[in-house]
Amino acid sequence: MDVSRRDFLKLSGSTAVAGAIGAGLSPQEAAASEKELRIRDAKVTKTICPYCSVGCGILAYTKDGRLIDAEGDPDHPISEGTLCSKGASLYQVVNNPTRLTRPMYRAAGATDWKEVEWAWALDEIAKKIKDVRDRTFKSKSKTKVKEKTPDGKEQEVEKEFVVNRTDAIAHVGSAALDNEECYLLQKLLRSWGLVYIEHQARI
Amino acid sequence: MTNHWVDLKNADVVLVMGANPAENHPVSMKWIQRAREQRGAKLIVVDPRFTRTAAKADLYAPMRSGTDIAFLGGMINFILGNDMYFREYIVNYTNAPFLVNPDFKTCTDLDGLFSGYDPKTRKYDKKTWAFQLDASGVPKQDRTLKDPHCVFQLLKRQYSRYTPEKVSEITGTPKDVLLQVYRLYASTGVRDKAGTECYAMGWTQHTIGTQNIRAMTIIQMLLGNIGMAGGGVNALRGESNVQGSTDHGLLFNTLPGYLATPTASWTDLATYNDKNTPKTKETKSVNWWSNKPKYMASYLKAIYGDKATKDNDFGYQWLPKLDEGQNGSWLVLFDQMFKGKFEGFFAWGQNPACSGSNAGKVRKALSKLKWMVNVNLFDNETGSFWRGPGMNPKDIQTEVFMLPACFSVEKEGSITNSGRLAQWRYKAIEPVGQSKSDSDIMNELFFRVRKMYQKQGGAFPDPIVNLTWDYGEKGAEGKVKEVDTHKIAMEINGYHLEDLYDKKAVPPKLIARKGDLCASFVNLQDDGTTTCGNWLYSQSYTQKDGKPVNMMARREKADPTGLGLFPGWAWAWPVNRKIIYNRCAVDSQGRPWDPARPVLKWNPSKINPATNKPGTWEGDVPDGPAPPLAAEGGKLPFIMKPDGVGSIFGPGLADGPFPEHYEPLECPIQENPMSKQYNSPTIKLWYSKEGQKVAPEDIFASCDVRYPFVATTYRVSEHWQTGVLTRHEPWQLEMVPQVFLELSKELAVEKGIKSGDKVRVSSARGELWAKAIVTGRLKPFKIAGNTVHQVGLPWHFGWQWPADGSGGDSANLLTPTIGDSNTMIPETKAFMVNVEKL
Repeated sequence: MDVSRRDFLKLSGSTAVAGAIGAGLSPQEAAASEKELRIRDAKVTKTICPYCSVGCGILAYTKDGRLIDAEGDPDHPISEGTLCSKGASLYQVVNNPTRLTRPMYRAAGATDWKEVEWAWALDEIAKKIKDVRDRTFKSKSKTKVKEKTPDGKEQEVEKEFVVNRTDAIAHVGSAALDNEECYLLQKLLRSWGLVYIEHQARI
Repeated sequence: MTNHWVDLKNADVVLVMGANPAENHPVSMKWIQRAREQRGAKLIVVDPRFTRTAAKADLYAPMRSGTDIAFLGGMINFILGNDMYFREYIVNYTNAPFLVNPDFKTCTDLDGLFSGYDPKTRKYDKKTWAFQLDASGVPKQDRTLKDPHCVFQLLKRQYSRYTPEKVSEITGTPKDVLLQVYRLYASTGVRDKAGTECYAMGWTQHTIGTQNIRAMTIIQMLLGNIGMAGGGVNALRGESNVQGSTDHGLLFNTLPGYLATPTASWTDLATYNDKNTPKTKETKSVNWWSNKPKYMASYLKAIYGDKATKDNDFGYQWLPKLDEGQNGSWLVLFDQMFKGKFEGFFAWGQNPACSGSNAGKVRKALSKLKWMVNVNLFDNETGSFWRGPGMNPKDIQTEVFMLPACFSVEKEGSITNSGRLAQWRYKAIEPVGQSKSDSDIMNELFFRVRKMYQKQGGAFPDPIVNLTWDYGEKGAEGKVKEVDTHKIAMEINGYHLEDLYDKKAVPPKLIARKGDLCASFVNLQDDGTTTCGNWLYSQSYTQKDGKPVNMMARREKADPTGLGLFPGWAWAWPVNRKIIYNRCAVDSQGRPWDPARPVLKWNPSKINPATNKPGTWEGDVPDGPAPPLAAEGGKLPFIMKPDGVGSIFGPGLADGPFPEHYEPLECPIQENPMSKQYNSPTIKLWYSKEGQKVAPEDIFASCDVRYPFVATTYRVSEHWQTGVLTRHEPWQLEMVPQVFLELSKELAVEKGIKSGDKVRVSSARGELWAKAIVTGRLKPFKIAGNTVHQVGLPWHFGWQWPADGSGGDSANLLTPTIGDSNTMIPETKAFMVNVEKL
């Protein structure tokens, strides 16, 4: 990952491709052959690009549990094997030293992160959800509604209604989750009584 | 999208306005180019900037940001004035012939306002916007379109002011270019031509965003382009699954399938159904939303299972309810946070510290929280807000939990593209490090919270302890070990809880058995005998010969119509229909308007397997199985509208039944050349509690010498949204390493700026540095006799990464706190800035 694109071209030019040219191949053929060598015996998994909403097909090549390459899916009726620069660089998100790999915690007033265990972080969050929910839960709320009077006119009256919610926790995200996760998320958040639920569609 | 990506190849004219597909949806350009190469189609691009899409255009028209309605209103006026509309289509399939209350007044009559406006409440009383009804309760019509109160004549009246001269004065588009665009696009108003429109955030992110789209919808109906292959109004959505996340109700106002979030006064399920289910007296209207009670009952059964019974209203009371008029949308949410109203906050797969309009306010708002949970693949400006520019960590008491989520190829599930196509993604590798799938994180939190309520009790445990959560093998304490997303997909699709019979058949015919996955939403019931997490997705995971079939994973490539529908590839909602409103693609006899492009065709002699009678549709899945309009039992084409027709007159919106040009909140001119009404009269203004003074954090500056340049934000192909993923990809970052400001050669000369110079860009709310890029892609506009410069900058950057700050910061530090009257989408595509060389 510390190899820039230009360095990569230099490297590949001086090693694999040069070797292949030595074997009597044109540079184009050599590049293709180098790719074939890389993905030979790799497992291919079909996926859809995670970036824009065109929904291009991607073939993800894995070897020994590592993602080694991603290519446009030639069978895909929308993308027909093509990808943009983002989709084509998919493997750089997976093989990236700056990915978060552990839960992190920042205490009130702290100046830095510290690594924490999953179980601790989840326990703490769950306790906070329950604590805030229990303290702020609104079973009923007074709200103004329009009502018809006996003479047929409308008037605004304040009435108390069951609302069963908390206004003290909010959520935003996410248009990057899978459908099943989006459904599960709204189900979970609403079970806790949240109504401030928003995501990318609004912005 | 009403249509879908491949369908762009079927267009004769493609209008790209409010979008830039070559840059932001790069692969889709293939289909626009194919239309040009194979059909000789013409591409029109209307944009403030000569974009990468414009570089491929046959016709490019520059236009000042925020003036789309003026531009499109001029096109409506042109189409009507030159008789270029599709008369048979609008008379049969739209409300053009409907008669409106004679007291209704257009903005032409009332100088920029419709009848019924109350300046105190900033709302319209819509009494005069109603249709005149006949004795049976159906809107009266004049099918000759001559009655002065008919929609068609009112439309003419509304847009009579939108002359090419007036439009040019507002938009800055040269008059001859305007007329070329109008003439070319209006050429699709005939039977055998189709025009399509592509828009994105260039249309939605305005105070008049909804009306931008409405204006185009009116044009598409006038020209008979809705329902056609190569037609439609197509939203190019910005994220891989923003379609699906919206469908599944991750918004304050909608439950899955666009069912309304309950409000307080809808005290029980019967009231909810009564208030939300549209009724009609029009016998030819399908009024599909009349099925809403079935979808709501099935949703409640899906989330509460056996605990949802008829006696407890299927658990309706367990859903949280909004107060009347309570708005929980983005700008309000962050305003509430800024005022310290929230203790806890989830930023789950989103980076509001960079993506939120007026990001400086958002960042300050985060510091008022007691705790935040930030779920993402990378650290970002939201999770690390407490150590950002201008923050003193020691003063910030917010606890932050940053949870590592895994990437799309590290889990399994479906996403829905802009064409409503849900496609399944398989797992290629295990999650990196200790990262977890989002569904597993939800599972862990669900289980922990539920356990506490089960053991300790607490405030109203019912919705938590009664929630269904049967997503895989359970461990010792009843916790699901690992979420099986197939089980969620099946819950979304829905099941039969009892045998279902067709009681009209003699003897009654078994349709489905208890335990079956639903074949589609057609069989859903309102009596608690079916479950369905999201009715729109019913049929996405169904069964054949007793075995589950994941329709979203299908990969058959047959294209029987040749129109690129690919009915066997994955699955599109609803019921695998590829072009919605497709009953408009045929005449009242069911004959395609264009026989060379038959989306649908009624075959009167072919035996229909469903009814066993002659008469069946061929082509796409029709918008409802009923015969064509003129046949016995025929139905109107707009099945989701109670009147059954398309709404040229749209009384449902807050800001008017027709679109009207208003200036953006921040604009370069002192008066709106179209009317006395400067800004949209119904936008929510952000005043402080004391009275009429704007709170400092929400300040704006219109026609202010300190901020003389029109600005817009945009995106580049090499980055995605706030760049949380792409700023970490070495290749993308090498290609576009930092925030830039694009300006015209003329402005560069005026300000002594050269490409590569560092400049300060500032608005009334904030500032950032950017690298200047001087291009010929922006040109000064002539607006109301004055020279107006426009600049633009991408919003992909943030201070947190690259770690050395070399990327700069978010363009949303500049953008305002103001939203659209209907959607509250912020106006980030038109605001005012200053630019200085650093």
